[in-house]
Amino acid sequence: MPVLRIPTPLRAYTNGQAEVNVTGANVAEALTDLTKQYPAIKPHLFNDDGALRPFVNLFIGENNIKDLQGVDTPIKDGEKIMLIPSIAGG
Amino acid sequence: MTVLDFQVTTTVPPLDGLAAHIGNTPLLPLRRLTSNLSPRVQVWAKAEWFNPGGSVKDRPALNIIKTALQAGHLGNGKRLLDSTSGNMGISYATFGAALGIPVTLALPANASPERIMILKALGAELVLTDPLEGSDGAILKARELAQAQPEVYWYANQYNNPANPQAHYLSTGPEIVAQTNGALTHFVAGLGTSGTLMGTGKYLREKMPDVKILAFQPDAAFHGLEGLKHMPSAILPGIYEESFVGQPLEVQTEAAHKMVNRLAREEGLFVGISSGAAAVAALQVASQLEEGVVVTLFPDAGYKYLSDKSLWEG
Repeated sequence: MPVLRIPTPLRAYTNGQAEVNVTGANVAEALTDLTKQYPAIKPHLFNDDGALRPFVNLFIGENNIKDLQGVDTPIKDGEKIMLIPSIAGG
Repeated sequence: MTVLDFQVTTTVPPLDGLAAHIGNTPLLPLRRLTSNLSPRVQVWAKAEWFNPGGSVKDRPALNIIKTALQAGHLGNGKRLLDSTSGNMGISYATFGAALGIPVTLALPANASPERIMILKALGAELVLTDPLEGSDGAILKARELAQAQPEVYWYANQYNNPANPQAHYLSTGPEIVAQTNGALTHFVAGLGTSGTLMGTGKYLREKMPDVKILAFQPDAAFHGLEGLKHMPSAILPGIYEESFVGQPLEVQTEAAHKMVNRLAREEGLFVGISSGAAAVAALQVASQLEEGVVVTLFPDAGYKYLSDKSLWEG
C-alpha cells in the first residue's frame, strides 16, 4: 500500500495522523482515496473544478510530481508520497 | 602614476557601507491596478527589494545584529543562530559575512533552491529540517541547538526579539509618514514574524492615531504564501500582540499568485508571493474607500521564486 505523508497544517483533517495508507496505482487515485477517508481535507487540496490546487506540491523521493507525470505519476506499493507545505514566516 | 598604481583606500568599517543603504526604499504607486477605484483613492507599496540583501528583512536583521553586538552577545566568536524561511537568513548571512560573524540557519529542506544557493554563496551554515514540519520545525530545531550548545551559538530568535519590530518602528514607520506627507489613511501588512506590522503599526499609532492599521494572513493553515504565517495554526511569535493587530484580513493563495503575475505584467513590478498577497489585501481595503491613501509593503522581488513553476504559468 502506498503511504501519503501529511504535513502538520493538514493533520487537523487526518485525526492527527502523520502518515495515511492509501490505495491507488497513481497519485490521483491515492489522493482520491485520501479524500474518501478524510473528506474535510478535500478543499485544501482541490479546487472547485476538482483539479489539484496549483500550489500543492507532492514529492516522491526527491522528485516533485510536477517534474514527473503530474497526478498521473504511477506509484508503487509501499512508496511514500510527501505533501509539502510552503514555508511560513521570516 | 598609471591606472595600475591607483588604490582605493577607505577607513569605513565594513558594515557601514551596506548599512548606509538599508531602508529609505522607494514608495511606488500602483496605477493600472487601481484604475477601477475611486479617483480619490491611492495605493502605494514600499519596494523593499531595494535593500542590499534583497528584502525587507535587512531592516530587522541589521538591528538584531547591532543590538547583539552592543550587548556583547556577538563579536565574541559565537555563531549567530536562527530559524528562517529564507529572507531573514539571507540578511543575516550578508551582514555576518561583512562583519566576520559566522551564521548558522535552520530552515526547512523544501526552501526554494534559489534561497539555499544564495545562503551557501554567502557562507552560511545550513541545518535543513523536515519539510513536513514547516517553519515551526525549523524554529524547534534552532531552539534545540541553542539549548544544547550555548557556548557555540547566540540565538537571534527573530520571532521573539524586540529588535525586530523596533527596526520597523525606527525606520519603516517614519519613512512611510514622510513619503506620504502625512496623507496616509491605511497601512496594510502581512504577518510573518509580525515584526513589520507591530513595529510600523506602533509608530503610526503614536504619530498618526487616525491611521487604520490592518494585518493580513493566509486564509488557511495549508497555503502557498511563502513567508506568511497563519497565526491560529502556528507557533505564535512572542513579538505578536493579538490585541494590537485585531482580526487579520485573509488572503487566498490563488488570488495572491494571480496578483504576482498582474503586478509583473500590468505594473512592471516583478515581485515575490508575499508582495502579491499584500497587493490583494491593499486593493481589497482600497476598494471599500471613497477617499484615502493606502500603503503596503512588498517584501521582496520575484527572482527567488523562479523555480516555482506553478506561480508563473498563470
